[in-house]
Amino acid sequence: MADVTLQNLVKTFDTVEAVRGIDLQIPNNEFVVLVGPSGCGKSTVLRMIAGLEDITSGDIRIGDLRVNDVPPKDRNIAMVFQNYALYPHMTVEQNMSFGLRLRKVAKAEIRGKVQRAADILGIAELLGRRPRELSGGQRQRVAMGRAIVRDPQVFLFDEPLSNLDAKLRGQMRIEIQRLHQQLRTTTIYVTHDQVEAMTLADRVVVMNAGRIEQAGTPDEVYHQPRTRFVAGFMGSPAMNFLNCQVTEENGHTVARLADGPALPLPAEQAARVRSYAGRTLVAGLRPENIREAASHDGGNSSGIPHDVSIDIVEPLGRETIVYFRLGDSTLCARVGTEVHPRAGEQTSLVFHPDRLHLIDPETDLVL
Amino acid sequence: MRVLPPLLRRKPAVAVLMCVPLFALILGLVAYPFFHALFLATLNKAETAFVGLDNFSFLFGRQTFWMVVRQSLLFALVAVVFKALIGLAAAHAINTIPTKGQRKWRGMMLIPWVIPPALSTLGWWWLFEPTYSAINWGLTKLAVPAVPWLSDTFWARFSIILVNVWVGAPFFLIMYLAALKSIPGELYEAAEMDGAGPWQKFFYITLPMIRNIIAITTLFSIIVTLANFDIVRVLTQGGPLNTTHLFATYAFRVGIESGDIPLGAAVSLFMFPMLAILAFIILRNVRRRAASLA
Repeated sequence: MADVTLQNLVKTFDTVEAVRGIDLQIPNNEFVVLVGPSGCGKSTVLRMIAGLEDITSGDIRIGDLRVNDVPPKDRNIAMVFQNYALYPHMTVEQNMSFGLRLRKVAKAEIRGKVQRAADILGIAELLGRRPRELSGGQRQRVAMGRAIVRDPQVFLFDEPLSNLDAKLRGQMRIEIQRLHQQLRTTTIYVTHDQVEAMTLADRVVVMNAGRIEQAGTPDEVYHQPRTRFVAGFMGSPAMNFLNCQVTEENGHTVARLADGPALPLPAEQAARVRSYAGRTLVAGLRPENIREAASHDGGNSSGIPHDVSIDIVEPLGRETIVYFRLGDSTLCARVGTEVHPRAGEQTSLVFHPDRLHLIDPETDLVL
Repeated sequence: MRVLPPLLRRKPAVAVLMCVPLFALILGLVAYPFFHALFLATLNKAETAFVGLDNFSFLFGRQTFWMVVRQSLLFALVAVVFKALIGLAAAHAINTIPTKGQRKWRGMMLIPWVIPPALSTLGWWWLFEPTYSAINWGLTKLAVPAVPWLSDTFWARFSIILVNVWVGAPFFLIMYLAALKSIPGELYEAAEMDGAGPWQKFFYITLPMIRNIIAITTLFSIIVTLANFDIVRVLTQGGPLNTTHLFATYAFRVGIESGDIPLGAAVSLFMFPMLAILAFIILRNVRRRAASLA
């Protein structure tokens, strides 16, 4: 067990700067998820920690040791790969014990560790099989088993669930979480899937274009995004963005949405954005903050109703996603199943301003 | 649209029809020569009388024939082993250089394989020439006594194997290179995390992953090498004193040059059962392993 520290980490491939200065402190036992769109550098960061990529500049420390020049095998870390990377010519048991056998661990000890890991993962009856005889989920378990038997200081996961179907992905997510609760090993997990990030992480690190946009608890990055990128990346369907102006109306500071309603701002937020009065800002409003008029849940009375024309309706069972037009932009709302909006209809939707994010279009920072 | 006659409208009929050229080729170029050779091998020297297996029993009683059998096996074994080792080493070396630079190396390494062997062997023959050739000239300059490359039994066999390895190693190189490229890079990364060094990666990952290619390539090469003709024909004509003859050159000597075609046919047919058994064993293992990897 160890903490991991990244200091001003940079990676350049030929002329492309893939990672542009990452600073991150990962305390012992923490489960950190690096999330971002493809090409944001998250996998490169992970591979540098693993030792599979050279570091262009900066430092990586595992525990007290600076590992920049330490080969992967001496970093005492284990990695789970996206395509599992199981050795096809070895049985499950041989796959799991390979690292221990290379390290000349005593046979009896190897057998014990493999058995224990297999029991934890529920693959004890598969030990004699070869990878091709296993399903995707079983292969994934074996790959994790291979990591567990090594008793590493740090677990690295590189998009481990992206090859599984949706149902299995949900199951494995729970298992990874259970595994971490049981083993408490420091874990760094890379994914492009924000659901995985939200559900697994103690701390989510949102990356974009080689930089960290924001690092915080799942709650923080979801509810208090620092940048427009984070606001738009986390959450599905994505946050609505539209232009607005901050003005004073009837003694209230309000954000007047382009072609839409004026939303009164909470006092604290109003104080922060008052100086932007008269300028065009970007308003970010999550779909769940635009609801049907007769909303029963929450009873949040501060909503502002507004008439819109419905474009597309996506019923999902437990809720309905409604796309509607407001001026030139298409926005998205989540409404309950008790209302049945139809495409082309005019209807009244309620905008709830309590979670409205105001973004400075020049800096893309949330104000 | 024209209507096809009823027979051609049936798919199986069309399929059989389309395979006819292939069947004709196999029949004309494989089956007919093979059975004709079998037939020839049962005739007397004048090809006028059926003598059964007399040609074979005559061969089995001759020392020279058994010498040719031993020589052929020794030649094929040593040459294939060296071709495989050199091919594997070269494939590995090329595989480690960045993809951009690989093409020119691959191209250069293939040159010995694409030159018609009769021609390149002629070049070698000139190099081995005892008095005026480059090799012995160089040796003399280095104060090493000249080597009788083609007139001493050991050196003649050495030279033939050397040229065969030079011609054949690129084939192994290409096959192994393709096999190496088919191994997912993630396996090596996983092995590296598991603590494997370069040799361990080679023995525990590379070798098991390309075993099938090694087996098939080796089988193929053994067949081709055992049946080799041109190198011996150009370099030594089987000399000195028949000590470099292989099945094919000996069959040529007996059948064409000495005019006993049935006996020559018997010599060349002797290879067939050996190769058939070998092919059976190797291919059976390949299938079994392929099933376990897939």
